[in-house]
Order: sequence, then C-alpha cells, then structure tokens
Amino acid sequence: MGNNLLTLALMIALLPLLGSLIAGLGGRYIGRSASHSVTIGLLGLAFILATYLFNAIVLQGQPAVEGVLYTWAQTGNYQFDVALLVDRLSATMTFVVTFVSLMVHVYTVGYMADDPGYQRFFSYMSLFTFSMLILVLANNFLLMFFGWEGVGLVSYLLIGFWFKRESAVFGSLKAFLANRVADIAFILAIAAVMKYFGNVNFSYVFSHVATVVDQTVTVMPGVSCTVITMICLLLFIGAMGKSAQVPLHVWLPESMEGPTPISALIHAATMVTAGIYLVARMSPLFEFSVPSLSLVLIIGAITCLSMGILAVFHQDIKRVIAYSTLSQLGYMTVALGASAYDAAIFHLVTHAFFKALLFLCAGSVILAMHHEQDMRKMGGLAKYMPITYLTFMIGALSISAIPPLAGFYSKDAIIEAVHLSNIPGATFAYVCVMIGAFLTPLYMFRALFLTFHGEPRMDQETLNHVKESPWVVLIPLLLLAVPSVIAGGILVGPMLYTPTKLLGDSIFVLPQHNVLGMMATDFAGARMLAVKAGAHCVLWIALLGIITAWIFNLRYPALAERLKKRFSVLYSIIESKYGFDDFNQLVFVRGSRKLGNFFYLYTDLKIIDGIFVNGTGRFIRWFSRVASRVQTGYLYHYTFAIVLGLCAFLGWLIIGA
Amino acid sequence: MIALSQYLIFAAMLFGIGIAGIIINRKNIITLLMSIELILLAVNTNFVAFSNYLDNATGQVFVFFILTVAAAEAAIGLAIMVVLFRRKNTIEVQHLDLLKG
Repeated sequence: MGNNLLTLALMIALLPLLGSLIAGLGGRYIGRSASHSVTIGLLGLAFILATYLFNAIVLQGQPAVEGVLYTWAQTGNYQFDVALLVDRLSATMTFVVTFVSLMVHVYTVGYMADDPGYQRFFSYMSLFTFSMLILVLANNFLLMFFGWEGVGLVSYLLIGFWFKRESAVFGSLKAFLANRVADIAFILAIAAVMKYFGNVNFSYVFSHVATVVDQTVTVMPGVSCTVITMICLLLFIGAMGKSAQVPLHVWLPESMEGPTPISALIHAATMVTAGIYLVARMSPLFEFSVPSLSLVLIIGAITCLSMGILAVFHQDIKRVIAYSTLSQLGYMTVALGASAYDAAIFHLVTHAFFKALLFLCAGSVILAMHHEQDMRKMGGLAKYMPITYLTFMIGALSISAIPPLAGFYSKDAIIEAVHLSNIPGATFAYVCVMIGAFLTPLYMFRALFLTFHGEPRMDQETLNHVKESPWVVLIPLLLLAVPSVIAGGILVGPMLYTPTKLLGDSIFVLPQHNVLGMMATDFAGARMLAVKAGAHCVLWIALLGIITAWIFNLRYPALAERLKKRFSVLYSIIESKYGFDDFNQLVFVRGSRKLGNFFYLYTDLKIIDGIFVNGTGRFIRWFSRVASRVQTGYLYHYTFAIVLGLCAFLGWLIIGA
Repeated sequence: MIALSQYLIFAAMLFGIGIAGIIINRKNIITLLMSIELILLAVNTNFVAFSNYLDNATGQVFVFFILTVAAAEAAIGLAIMVVLFRRKNTIEVQHLDLLKG
C-alpha cells in the first residue's frame, strides 16, 4: 500500500510536467484549445489523485511513506536521491496546490483568451505546478532545492510574461535577484546540514538533532552561536526570499506586472507559501533554537504591520492585494515564530483559498475594465458584476477575519497563539498582529468600496462595455468562494486542537513552546468559537476597520485628503514604501553598476585586456625586434658567437668537472 | 723526438689562427676559405699526432678523408664564390648580409 501511495505522489508531480511539455513544445501544432484541454485535463487528474492521497494520508491516517525513486548522485559519503516523502504535511500542501492551480488554469481560459502567448502561458503554469509539487514532496534538502529553484525560475518567466513591457522585464529581474539573495542562504544552510549531519534526508536530520544540539560554531571572531541556530537562521533567510518578508519583500509588489492568474497562483496561493512550508517542515530544527524563533517572530510582525499600512494607500487594485498578501504572510511567519506551526499551515491553506479568490476577482474586474487597474477610475461596479462583487465580498470578509468565514479561524488562532507565546519578542508581535487585524479590513474594504460602490468614475466608453465576465472566469470564483467560507470551520478543530492533529507527526513542538496545546483546553468546537467571537477583541477591531474604510472612502472622502495634508511627512514615507526600493536602487543597483563599471574599466580593460591579452602580443613584438638585431647576417658575427658558446661550454665542462 | 704536447700546441695555434682569420677578416671571401683550410689542417695535425702517440693507424686514415673533403669543399666554395661575384659584383664579407634579421 505504501508503495502505491508513492507511485501516486510521483504521478501527481509528473502529470503537470507532461502537460507542460505537451503545451510548451507541441502547442504550436495542437492549437490553443487542445493546449488548454491537455494541461487542464492532466492537472485535473493530478487533483483527483491528490484528493485521494489527502484522504488516505490525512483523513484516514495511513502512515507516512518515503521512498527513493532514483539515485541522483553519489560522492564520497554523501548520497543524493530523488526521493519523495508523503506525509500529512506534504499531502495537505499537495492538495491545496493542485486545487488552486486547477482553478487558476480554468480561469486562465477566459482571462487570457486573446493573448498570443496562450500555449506558452499554460505550459509555464503547469511547469510551475510541477516545481511546486516537487518542492513539497521532496524528502531531502537537495531535491527540495530543485523545486525551490524551479519555482523561482518559472515565477521569473511568468512575471516577465509580457516581455515587451519594460516594467514587466524589470519586475521579473527584480524578483529573480531578490530570490537569488535568499537562495544563497538556503544553499549555505544545506552545506551546513551536510557538514554537521552528514546527510541531507529530512528524517535522518530530524532524528539526529540530539547529536548536534550542543555544538556551537564561531561565525566571526567573538561571535558564536549553536549550530542549530546557524542552520535555522540561514534557512529562514531562504524562506524570507520566497515568502517575501521584510527586507526581501520588494519583489512581490513588482511581480504584479505579470498576468493576473499568475498573481493568484504564484504570488498568493503557492510559491510565496514555500518559505512558510519550509520553516514548518523544519520545525524539529527550529524548536531547538529560540533565537531563530524570536527572529522569525519579529520579522513576521514587522512584515505584517508595515505591509498592511502600505496596502491602505495604494491605488492599483492588484498591488493592494499584493501588499495584503505580504501582510498575511507576515501573519503566517508570526505563527511559525510562536511555534504554532499548525496555525501557520492552517492560515496558509485558508489564505490560499481566499487570496486566490480575491486575485481572480480583481482579474475579473480588470477584464471588465479593459485592463485598467487603477481603483480611482473604477467605482459602482456592483450592479454590473454581481457575481464578482459577491465573491469579492466573501474573500474580503474572510481575510478580515469575520466569523464564521475561513479567515476568522486561522487568524484568530494565530493572534491567540502569539498572545500566549513566551518566545522573546512575542509582546511586540502581538501588538503588530492586533494592528494588522485592524488594517486588513481597512485596506480590503477600501478596495471593495472604491471598486464596487460609489459613483462610477470611468469614462462613458468603458462604462458602456462593463459587463459580467464569462462563465469560465466565474466558475473558479464560485468554486474558490466555497472553501473560503467553510474551510475554516471544518478544519479548525482537526487541524489545531484535537489530540491527533491533522498534520500529526510532521510537526514537532517542544512542550514548553506548545501554545496550541494550551489553547486546545479552551476549545469547544468550531461553532462555539464563532459564537463566542464577540468576546474576543479581534472581531471588534475588524469591524472597526470596515467602518473606518467606509467613513474614509464612501461617507467622507475629503477626510482622507485633509489627513494626508496634515501628516504629509508620514504620508511621504509611506508613499516611498519606507524607502526600501530607493535604498535598493541607490545601494545595490547603483552600487553594483559602479562596481561592475570599475571591474570593466580596470580589471577587464586594463589588466586582462591590457596586460594579459594585448600585453602578450606587445611583449612578443618587442622581444622579437630586440632579438632580430642579433641576426646581423654577417658570417663573422655568427662564428664569433659559435666560438664564444664553445668556450663557454668548454669552460663549464672543465670547471664543472 | 718531438713531444705530443708540442704537436698539440702547434695544432691549437693553427686552429686559433684559422678562427681569428674567420672572425677578423672583413674583406675577402678567399681568405675565409683559406682560414677554413687552416682549421682543417689543425685538426689533421691532431689526428696524426695522436695516431703516432697511440700507435693506431685509424687517425691517419681519417686524415685522408678530411683532406678529400677539404679539397671538395674548397672547390665548391670557390664555385659559389664565382657565382656570388657574378650576382652581387662583390666578394667582400662585410657586404654579404642577406640573412640579416
């Protein structure tokens, strides 16, 4: 049985790859509709298999299976395998990834209908799904890194999908570079794991933590930390890149240059959750390093708060949702830092549903507005696009943590976990996530009000053409709206509080960090949680956020302008996105350009070209000119040289002997 | 009885004169050819001296060969010299620098 599940997992991963190859290489011959039929069909099959896998492993509790498919490389004492691990965590992730990916594939049929790169788009999306599945299913660091890099590559390709737009090319490059920075840390972490554990298999590493836990390493003279902390910090830096935590978050808003389905697939539901998944997977390591947990907590809190503030001030509907993603990723990171790994994965799952929903709704709006993304030019769309409006509303309510929608359960659990946590920095994080809970409804409902309510602000020409999107776009919205509503209530008990948790032994928590265990004692069923929500201040904070959004955007729009003038300094800081972009532009982009220029002018032109390449030629010409003077052509000079040489040799012979 | 060393000193002097003739002479190719003959004769003297000293006739046989080769060489050298004079209208060594690099 175990082997069958392994084969199943392999098929789930390979089916999208097959679809990608068919659509990518043969797309020109089989045409547009055949391309989307093939990729959607294969992915649908993968989704069905993933559902079966999820059912078998997570719901029926079959033991985790692990198996080597192929030995990748063997060097010395190290062996690198292509090997899959199917446990509760990876089965859950596989299910979510294939589901969201399938929805996005279907949606794309409508959204990209007129695009000349139709087949290419489907090919990339399936390739992305393949990489993500490999990342999730890998049983060792190296194969995970393969998926990790594959995901990074495809995200680069997809952000720059409209490669004729300069901003898209810029955005894709930025995403690629920001991810590279983080990947270096990930590689170093893998190297450290190989050095100290001698093996890259997850199960081996986790079962040998005890042998390494007391070792320390000197990072710099005078600075030393435990080996586990070093590995965890490096891993977390890697996770920061993919999951877009401050200060490596800069690429995510930029990635909105890609087509909207991609924003939904990559930058909301799957790729950005890779970092969260990584840390959750590494929970047996992180548990033994309180400094790392503390850093995770603080970085997550900063991201959650600062990016939430930015989301309130943006005018581009997709960027608002992108900043919202950053903020929600901050929530997940905070949960990881508080050792509430289950809560982080729980929020990841619910977030995948409602954020994909929000993005696809935004895409539907953008489609209706003829690719206009500025919310100042929208308004009053509710009566033209009722289904999009309704689903957007569900997504917004869910993300704002209004009971009994999905977002409520996960976010409430995270806030409560942070409240109980005793990791250093938890108080700070608690304040941040509380303010974040106010900001989330504020920016989400601001977007909702600006887009769907109030007076239409677009020109008459566009207004005449506004209509509800085609069914192929709406069906994924409706299908995603369902889990956005119910997933929380269904999953909250089994995932967080029951003694045999859904994620089971995939997650390891030390008893002294077990905040979820503390919370479980109060838990009395999902319905009670929703009913008693009024007793938590989180709900009231969220409602306050919605009301604030209403006041500022519908009731008294002038108030915002007045405040903007009043606090112009603060506003300009926010306007410049805290200066991260400017800083990067100034220090890294200009700096590396200058460095490159320096190396070009001096190292390359002067030393390599000047001395080595041309220098060799010049030296030979100079030497031969000098040497040719010896060749006078006079016989007596030659003879003289011969005699001299003879004398020299004779002298050497005599003296030497 | 003349000692071996005296023969050898004589031969070495002849050889030195020959070499000096080649190096110092800047004018006439004929002098050059004569100097070469001198060098060959110095070698011959050595051969004969050692042949006598070691009681071995091989050295004297060699002398005949060398004399033959020297004669042939002189003939060829003079022939080349004639052709050279026809082409360049000179046989002065210091004007013959075709091989100058």
